[in-house]
Amino acid sequence: MKKIFFIFLFFIISFKNAYSLIKVDITRGNLDPLPIAISPLHVDSKSEKLSLFDTDKLGEEISKVIEQNFRSTGLFNPLKKDSFVQKPEIAHLKPRFEDWRLIKAQALITGKVLVTNKKLKVEFRLWDTIASKEMLALSFTTTPSNWRRVAHIISDKVYERLTGEGGYFDTRIIYVAETGPKGQRIKKLGLMDQDGYNIKYLTLGNELVLTPRFNPTNQLVTYMSYFKNMPRVYLLDIETGIQEVVGSFPGMTFAPRFSPDGKKIIMSFAKDGNSDIYSMDIESRVVEQITKHPSIDTSPSYSPDGTQLAFNSNRDGNIEIYIVNVDGTGTRRLTNHPGIDTSPTWSPLGHQIAFTSDRSGSPQVYVVDVDGTGLRRITFESYCDRPTWSPAPYNEIAYASRTGPGFDIKVVDLATNEVRQLTFGQGSNESPSYSPNGRHLAFSSSRGNGDKQIYLIGRDGRGLKRLTNNGNNEMPSWSR
Amino acid sequence: MSRSLFFSFFLHAFFIYLTALTLPFMLRDPIDLPPIVSVEFIEIKDTTNIPYAPKARKIIEKVKKEKERVVSEQAPPADIAKEKPDRISMPEDKKEKQELKKKKQNPEEIKPQIRQVSEFEKKELFDPNQIAALIDKAKEEQAATERKREKLTQSNVKNSFAKGLSLSEEDALRAQIFGCWSVPLGLPFDEELLVRIKLKLKPDGTILKSEILDHARMNTPGQSFYKVLAESALRAVRICQPLKVPPTGYEKWKNLQLNFDPTEMLKG
Repeated sequence: MKKIFFIFLFFIISFKNAYSLIKVDITRGNLDPLPIAISPLHVDSKSEKLSLFDTDKLGEEISKVIEQNFRSTGLFNPLKKDSFVQKPEIAHLKPRFEDWRLIKAQALITGKVLVTNKKLKVEFRLWDTIASKEMLALSFTTTPSNWRRVAHIISDKVYERLTGEGGYFDTRIIYVAETGPKGQRIKKLGLMDQDGYNIKYLTLGNELVLTPRFNPTNQLVTYMSYFKNMPRVYLLDIETGIQEVVGSFPGMTFAPRFSPDGKKIIMSFAKDGNSDIYSMDIESRVVEQITKHPSIDTSPSYSPDGTQLAFNSNRDGNIEIYIVNVDGTGTRRLTNHPGIDTSPTWSPLGHQIAFTSDRSGSPQVYVVDVDGTGLRRITFESYCDRPTWSPAPYNEIAYASRTGPGFDIKVVDLATNEVRQLTFGQGSNESPSYSPNGRHLAFSSSRGNGDKQIYLIGRDGRGLKRLTNNGNNEMPSWSR
Repeated sequence: MSRSLFFSFFLHAFFIYLTALTLPFMLRDPIDLPPIVSVEFIEIKDTTNIPYAPKARKIIEKVKKEKERVVSEQAPPADIAKEKPDRISMPEDKKEKQELKKKKQNPEEIKPQIRQVSEFEKKELFDPNQIAALIDKAKEEQAATERKREKLTQSNVKNSFAKGLSLSEEDALRAQIFGCWSVPLGLPFDEELLVRIKLKLKPDGTILKSEILDHARMNTPGQSFYKVLAESALRAVRICQPLKVPPTGYEKWKNLQLNFDPTEMLKG
């Protein structure tokens, strides 16, 4: 009897379900880069002629920069312009979506350029060709010489709209450039766009420049320079080119760094023969001493929230990592080992600190939680130094590892301990610096003729691109 | 004399009385006794091997066929008459599925009482998993590997079957959308990435209306990737149309829900 009941129940259920909603799970798709069409921007016929460059070609040039930016990401496939059916001037008004769908474009960028009163006005629209609708439309006005920057800003806006993550095209890389004939080489501070254009030298080259660093708020760069053998800390506004001396610090033992809010500079220098950690307020130029201890305190690194500092000290007789509050209270020791523990850097999420230690016999990168637990070695190389955290959301550390006569760039994923080697023994590859979104790294490499040049590479090891060509260029630092 | 008269009278009266008393009994029906029942005792073992089960099955099939014949004379069953020309399926697959549909379409002809001939028989005929497997042996193997890959459980497969799309129909639709969907490459790995899209279809598979079910999440701050993902899913559906839907059973699939989830793919 029971069985019969169940059999009838089965039929009732199947009858009931016959007309309910069918659900289909789609768990796979293709991972090919998104096909995007970048129509040359239409130049308005009312545009003025400029002496600097040909206004008529400006629209095409801007679209080329955008195209290069998208190609460099590896996430997009900019389609060839030969295949475009619709003319730019008509496409900008109302694209014929069937034409763009025909060449398999899923997104389309159109735009218009107008130069009046020596001002450049650029309008652009992003279209979803499949849904036949506009996704984004913006307009920028600037001086005509800024056209590359406009192209980068447009790329950023489109990238953000299509990927959901922040763009990085309107960013710059600062580096140390060495130029001049052999024997008379001078070191200058160089600044360029992330695509290698607009190279500017910020210093004259009569002083040695070291360790340029970007302010997290992007406008300012701090660097160290020697003037009459005296280390000086400089601040440089990259927008205006104005630089100023923050102060002379005899006995400087560690390069200046910005606090996460960009309002302070942290450094270490020796006063009366003893090195301590100092911070300086950029506005008021008031210097505050953070550590007061007869031992040598160096290498300060801010926590992401700006409330604490990690630093090196030999106060227990051997060099260890310590943490202190920014007001100088609450000093505590993080590591305790007879080996030398140096160069602490705080993780972007704030819960871990990476440092270099020779406790295994050679310098290796270690990671420890901020409460002192969870210590683990993450590199197993012959020699490696100076770990660089990737920006969130990636949980990675990039470092240079000695792999023969030179160094190679490697990345270790902290979640899986998987190591990815990005360069393979061509010259010496050093000083990795992450792009703001963590997808790319800038580094210096002596591949080719042995001169050091700045290169970019994707975090997956693809898309190697050379940015500089002349002299020696090293120590890149990517703006945020 | 008077004494003998008295006895005669008394005896006669007695017999009359006796006759009057017994006469109604003679009018009644005799008591209905049940026929003799012969009971055979069968020893119960672990495995039953009742000899008449296959025989009974033959009889059932014979009865079924006769009934079918009657039906076909009046009007041919729908699933036999209608061919499916544009469906990608093996010829033997088609044949077997038709058999299956017959069972599904005329459930009243399957008499559970008759089917209850033995445990063995019952299991063979009514296990829905077995029915699903019957469709195609090869399909079963494919389904097994897919289950491993896509975390599809047996019950999922069974459900979609019961709901109106056969496994091969669902596979064809899925494969078509796989090809159309350009998964955005900048997605975070550790977020919930399920996009549910509800579609209203025309009989030819083109889209009448599409709707993202978790629409509110698209404009949540910090979830901008979700908007990107949802848009890519919508694009996929539009690129794909007309969708490869079965030529019959429009009522069943005119409302369709597609669950896009790239998590597995991004991790793998």
